[in-house]
Amino acid sequence: MAEDELKLLGMWASPFAIRVRMMLEEKGLSYEYIEQDLLNKSELLLKHNPIHKKVPVLIHGNRDICESLVILQYIDEKWSKTGPPILPIDPYDRAIARFWAMYIDDKLLPSFIGFMKATTEEAKAEKIADTRTALELLEGAFKKCSAGKDFFGGDSIGYLDVTLGSQLGWIETAERISGAKLLDEAKVPLLVDWAKRFLTLNCAKKTLPTVEQLEKYARELQVTRWKVATAN
Amino acid sequence: MASEKGIKLLDFWVSPFGQRARIALAEKGVEYEHKEENLLAEKSELLLKSNPVHKKIPVLIHDGKPVCESLIIVQYIDEVWPDKAPLLPSDPYQRAQARFWADFVDKKVFECGGRLWKLKGEEQEAAKKEMIEILQILEAQLGDKKYFGGDTFGFVDVAFVPLTSWFYSCETCANFSVEAVAPKIVLWVQRCMERESVAKTLSDPKKVYEYVRFLKKRFRIE
Repeated sequence: MAEDELKLLGMWASPFAIRVRMMLEEKGLSYEYIEQDLLNKSELLLKHNPIHKKVPVLIHGNRDICESLVILQYIDEKWSKTGPPILPIDPYDRAIARFWAMYIDDKLLPSFIGFMKATTEEAKAEKIADTRTALELLEGAFKKCSAGKDFFGGDSIGYLDVTLGSQLGWIETAERISGAKLLDEAKVPLLVDWAKRFLTLNCAKKTLPTVEQLEKYARELQVTRWKVATAN
Repeated sequence: MASEKGIKLLDFWVSPFGQRARIALAEKGVEYEHKEENLLAEKSELLLKSNPVHKKIPVLIHDGKPVCESLIIVQYIDEVWPDKAPLLPSDPYQRAQARFWADFVDKKVFECGGRLWKLKGEEQEAAKKEMIEILQILEAQLGDKKYFGGDTFGFVDVAFVPLTSWFYSCETCANFSVEAVAPKIVLWVQRCMERESVAKTLSDPKKVYEYVRFLKKRFRIE
């Protein structure tokens, strides 16, 4: 493979893979996208991510970069002269961005995925509450990070926009399955506005699956993999 | 809080996460105020105010502004004081590798180690098997290099070395030997201990074991 060829191993529903695609689109970088079947892992995936065997994997020439947030920082540093920076420039702002990205992945995502995996009404209610708490904290984070501008990254999208933005389809899916409002304009108005803006962007339109596709997939997972529902 | 100048580290003596920050600060020769939090009692107002989301240590407070999460703190320290002892390499791919392996250490070592001393029977055996695999992966990654980053002490070394004080506790509770499965890692620990920043920071493994025994009694894991 040519020295600077880019390939991305991803999976259409994975927010981790989607966020990398969003950033590659945003930076205008051409790459070959290779969809992975995570139930039947390919030789390619096992070769390029032997440690975790997960997507996304960015293959740049003969180099493999794994872990979505590591990949985003790699893209930021490697193509620092192409477009606006992904992470803020100031070290303190960078620390804040890294903190909230970790929070989004370690607290928010497991909450709404946890809801979809929950078996009892009690567990479901707890996960919905957790999701709402997380979003409320992120509303505060958005207020600070955006400083009155359109995105977490300011005038242009950055690290936190794609980290959270890649999960928007899933959050709406959880809303549909639960019947509960999560991105509630009464509770998190800034995030609701941000989400509307984010979804109009090319990088979002090109990479996010539809909520219909995700809901179907989530319900399938509930039956086949998570075993919390029976087939209709 | 915002108008206060200087650097404060909220820490807990045995926390390997706090030790990451302390090693990084020592490597950079940065002066700071070390504030010991008693995590076995009530959390201080300063801790709750500085880390309202997680209420955990370490927290680095720089001129009144808090930074939380140990690896984020280490990267912050590296970026604010870039001229002395750089912890991350300058090449983007090497940096990605360093971040990947620090993340691996974070996700795998402490959690699995915890299971080793908290659990018994079959569950402990499973954790032991997993820990051996983790150590062998790290052993292979280290290879014949002086440090994980190569010739210079760096990010992955800072991330991993404090956790090695817990090896003795894991070995004793689960009956296995780190040296038998990862001899290069053991030698790497010794090399790291030749650095003042590490020697002055790491907890004595026997003291860690006393602490582990105390926790087991407290939470009735025996």
